Amino acid sequence: MTGTGPAPTTAGGRDLLRPLKLFGLFFRIGALNELQYRANLAVQLFQSALALGTGLAVLGLVFGQTTNLGGWTQSELLAVMGVHILMGGVIRTAIQPNMERLMTDVRQGTLDFVLTKPEDAQVMISVREFRIWQAVDVVVGAIVLAIAVAQLQSGIGLGPGLVFAGCLLLGAVMIYCFWLILTTAAFWIVRMDELHELFDGIYQSGRWPVTIYPGWLRISLTYLVPIAFAVTLPAEALTSRLTIETLALAAAFALLLLIVTRWFWRLGLRNYSGASA
Amino acid sequence: MTSPTASTAPGAPGAPTAPTIGTGPLASIRGWVDLYVATMRISIASQIQYRVSNYFYMIGMVTEPVIYLVVWSTVARQQGGEVGGFTPGEFAAYYIVWTLVRNMNIALTPWAWEERVRGGELSGMLLKPVHPIHNDLAGLAGWKAVVIILWLPIAAFLSLIFQPTYSIEPIDVVVFLVAIWGAYVLRSMFLWLLGLVTFWTTRVGPVFDIFFVAELLLSGRLVPLTLMPDWAQQLADVLPFKWTFSFPIEALIGRLPADQLLRGLGMQVLWIAISVSIVAVCWRLAVRRFSAVGG
Repeated sequence: MTGTGPAPTTAGGRDLLRPLKLFGLFFRIGALNELQYRANLAVQLFQSALALGTGLAVLGLVFGQTTNLGGWTQSELLAVMGVHILMGGVIRTAIQPNMERLMTDVRQGTLDFVLTKPEDAQVMISVREFRIWQAVDVVVGAIVLAIAVAQLQSGIGLGPGLVFAGCLLLGAVMIYCFWLILTTAAFWIVRMDELHELFDGIYQSGRWPVTIYPGWLRISLTYLVPIAFAVTLPAEALTSRLTIETLALAAAFALLLLIVTRWFWRLGLRNYSGASA
Repeated sequence: MTSPTASTAPGAPGAPTAPTIGTGPLASIRGWVDLYVATMRISIASQIQYRVSNYFYMIGMVTEPVIYLVVWSTVARQQGGEVGGFTPGEFAAYYIVWTLVRNMNIALTPWAWEERVRGGELSGMLLKPVHPIHNDLAGLAGWKAVVIILWLPIAAFLSLIFQPTYSIEPIDVVVFLVAIWGAYVLRSMFLWLLGLVTFWTTRVGPVFDIFFVAELLLSGRLVPLTLMPDWAQQLADVLPFKWTFSFPIEALIGRLPADQLLRGLGMQVLWIAISVSIVAVCWRLAVRRFSAVGG
């Protein structure tokens, strides 16, 4: 079964904006769907507040004993925490729900319905689900970040601000690739229920700058699970630690991951036998 | 599972009815032992099939203490080698034992009750002649046997990397072996109790969240309690949490004198007695509220 070819558009030729349009369409459907359950917003607000309180308490405990942790001050670590919450919100809003749906579709054979549509299958499976209430964490993370930046003596100019935004985007792309590669393994392994728990566990390590971890762990958290790129790197951009070499490395690695992910996804699809075919 | 015969009407739980095989107290005890052994064996047999899944879970679980360990070792080194009475090596010992204690005190998640009540699975459970808590306790106890085997290489790996320092006396080991089961039973009771909230309201998430945050901060799961502010330590003393985490850990790594070891075991017994009584009462009330769906 082939579902990966370019979409035959009626206008003829390939429309590069099509993925974005699909993205917008599914976002609207997802939002409308969740707007029916408004009480869930209150639950989400409560959970985010509790998680934020816990995070601040931990930070308070650490800085009750010391004035800096591996060269990072309290305000700088607050910035790391802000990025961590924000990126966590992005993951749970847009990345994780799509990947979990893909896993279910592969297991039940319902991926057929995606593959028969005249769109690129990878685009389709990546934009189908949106949990808008989870975006509360994006807002909370942004607020924490704003407070942290206000506390930093240097402040932040337009240039570093743009670099920071670019780093966030690169980080989100890398996390997406990581999730999709693992989820694609479902084509062979089928049952991967614990994956989500495993990722959540490992993601917690991003609450602290990866530089404090011992070497083997730091390398794993950079190249195996790209948490260093997704969380520490944007925080480094904010705290004037980022060098141009690191940024270039991040961009190159993101590009490499995108290519590998695309290749692996196609390989997995070829292995998919469908439910009824 | 053994099929113990019992005379109570189906669907009328409450005080557990002993599965009697012969007559007399000895036969009754044998019936209970058989019930637990059989349930544990079924659980071991089914869990051993999911090794990959269990390892995924283990790696996710181990990240949590490794993060705490790295952060606090870093702080200790920056403060001249010690913080809150812990050197990096002692932190390593604390958090490596933590991983074993964490595995041992995993109990039925209160979220399972949502499914049990909504899916009608509870109706079937009520038909059995023994209180359903026995099935949960024995089933998860069996799973622990599998988990401990999977845990051994992880503990060896962590020890190799983080170089723990400890001074263990034989008495510490004995107390630890009792205390981890005490911790398991105690935590099981509280999580069961928490699960029963599902019978009264369907919006259980926030209640569970508050419980788990309180446990995280006040049990010694996040940091050894000596690193907490004084008021938090006093609060932890009057709550049950620390007897399920901090106490067994500190008992094994040799941080507690004999009188503290005894006191800890006593507190576990006390809290188990309290929680079992509350579970018994709440279970009766809860079942009365339950109206079967499907089943």
